[in-house]
Amino acid sequence: MAEGNLDAIARACRVQIIRMLTHAGSGHPGGSLSVIDILTSIVFGRLRHDPKRPDWADRDRIVLSKGHAVPALYTVMARAGYFPESQLITLRKLGSPLQGHPDRVALPGIEAATGSLGQGLSIALGMALGLKLAGSPARVYCILGDGEVQEGQVWEAAMAAPKLGQPDHPLDNLTVIVDYNKIQLDDFTAKILDLEPLVAKWQGFGWPVLEIDGHDLAQIAKALDAAEATRGTPTLIVAHTVKGKGVSFMENNPEWHGKSPKPEEAVTAIREILGVTEMAWPDYLKTDATTRAVVDELRALDKK
Amino acid sequence: MASKASRAAFGEALLELGARDPRIVTLDADLSKSTMTARFAKAYPQRGFNLGIAESNMIGVGAGLALTGKIPFVCSFACFVVGRFETIRISVAYTNANVKIVGTHSGIAIGEDGYSQMGLEDIACLRALPNVPIVQPADELETRQAVAYAVEHQGPLYLRLTRQNLEPVCPPDYRFQLGRWLTLRAGRDVTLVASGGTVFNALEAARRLEADGISAEVLNAASIKPLDEDALVRSATKTKHVVTVEDHSIHGGLGGAVAETLAEVLPTPVKRLGVVGFGESGDAKGLYAKHGLDPAGIATSVKKFLNR
Repeated sequence: MAEGNLDAIARACRVQIIRMLTHAGSGHPGGSLSVIDILTSIVFGRLRHDPKRPDWADRDRIVLSKGHAVPALYTVMARAGYFPESQLITLRKLGSPLQGHPDRVALPGIEAATGSLGQGLSIALGMALGLKLAGSPARVYCILGDGEVQEGQVWEAAMAAPKLGQPDHPLDNLTVIVDYNKIQLDDFTAKILDLEPLVAKWQGFGWPVLEIDGHDLAQIAKALDAAEATRGTPTLIVAHTVKGKGVSFMENNPEWHGKSPKPEEAVTAIREILGVTEMAWPDYLKTDATTRAVVDELRALDKK
Repeated sequence: MASKASRAAFGEALLELGARDPRIVTLDADLSKSTMTARFAKAYPQRGFNLGIAESNMIGVGAGLALTGKIPFVCSFACFVVGRFETIRISVAYTNANVKIVGTHSGIAIGEDGYSQMGLEDIACLRALPNVPIVQPADELETRQAVAYAVEHQGPLYLRLTRQNLEPVCPPDYRFQLGRWLTLRAGRDVTLVASGGTVFNALEAARRLEADGISAEVLNAASIKPLDEDALVRSATKTKHVVTVEDHSIHGGLGGAVAETLAEVLPTPVKRLGVVGFGESGDAKGLYAKHGLDPAGIATSVKKFLNR
């Protein structure tokens, strides 16, 4: 898919992230906005999958190990057709399959329960190995949070991955991406437990590592291509990102790791995501019925 | 059948089942010689994986393999594998991955290695997970059947095995069923509910009690979760006294499960025999005597419980 289209999809997904989190009244906007360009690039740029057959044996798989960013995954899943976009605002509500963190049993298309940090890479390794053993052409994408990399299990998996399945079934069907947005719940990662030198650490464990701007769609595509072309080993992509990307008051602010915007803040966020000035906003809403409906729905929340 | 450790019977059963079912794979964390999967890995080198001393990763890799259609047996000492409870909780249980968790070296019966190697709280941990059945076979025959059942069972399952040899206790025509207990000996005065390595000792205790005029019924609780409520209630209705016997902490194990069930369904006096406090180094026989899990100790506790 052309980059222009991916850019438009990512922008639309950002709007949906803000919308659903505001309706939910809780959740994690910062890490959802930092990872959405990566998720959009995978799902709409290359993923071989069929929303009508979420159990298709040869589907590519995404393991969102940083499960708190699942609103981002829900927006791309809805857009891809796993469930209607209208269901997005049931996020975190009683009875909804859109659980606060990914639930594989509740929502077909989710590949593993994650969100208890540090576990997703191990699961992705097992999937990649199982697919290789079965002779499947499918790929596995695993997305780690940067703070998550502080978990010990990640390094158990990191040590095992370049060795597992060798020599007949190397895990070159596995692409791992670190969403390096530099912020975790309590504060900046550099202040809590600095990950640096992150690239050298993974290289020391035997991984080829690519470093990119995780919001530059061309760079993301190029890195995913390179990972797919690599033989004999899984690949790690360190994607430098901005937490809260696209919303000025959320960007690089640890406060927005885990709180949802109020309806008025959400409307401002959506306006910024769409790149419309405050002056032009009333006129813009007259021309964009979809956004107008989202905004009206959000403003109605204030009156509840 | 001669006496055999359930870990050994497990290793042999898996080797046989593996020939018929290519979905079966084993994962180990540097203890495959002890968990007895080494022969499987040697026979099927593409299906036996040693992940090194990294149990959390082993469990997660097992979950991933299960999600691509394999039937992974993730194996270690009971304390080490269940010690990675949070990974079991999310990657296996909540994900509903078809992973078979195998904990060998359960209980104080491992002896000399001491407490840090003894699985004594594994049942208590896993009982709290909604979708993980817990199976503890009592002899070679039952182990073979339990392993075959684990392959057939859709979803996670925990198999609790022993390091020490187990004497045969089940009849040759015995067939394991999840949620069903076998009455090994009928009795009127007291029900002994035992599981795994303590079943033989409970039977021996029942024989001693008979000499003292006490008629003890012995149930083999191989299926700890779900337990066999029908068999338990039927026996407790008759004897009105229940004693549980297990090589596990007295908190949260078989005794806890039996007490919880009876308290709700048929309030009955229950005496729990098991391990109190931490384990320690020593010979297995001496440890069982110290904790009252040998035939003499069980018989003494039963008599005290019955005021006889």
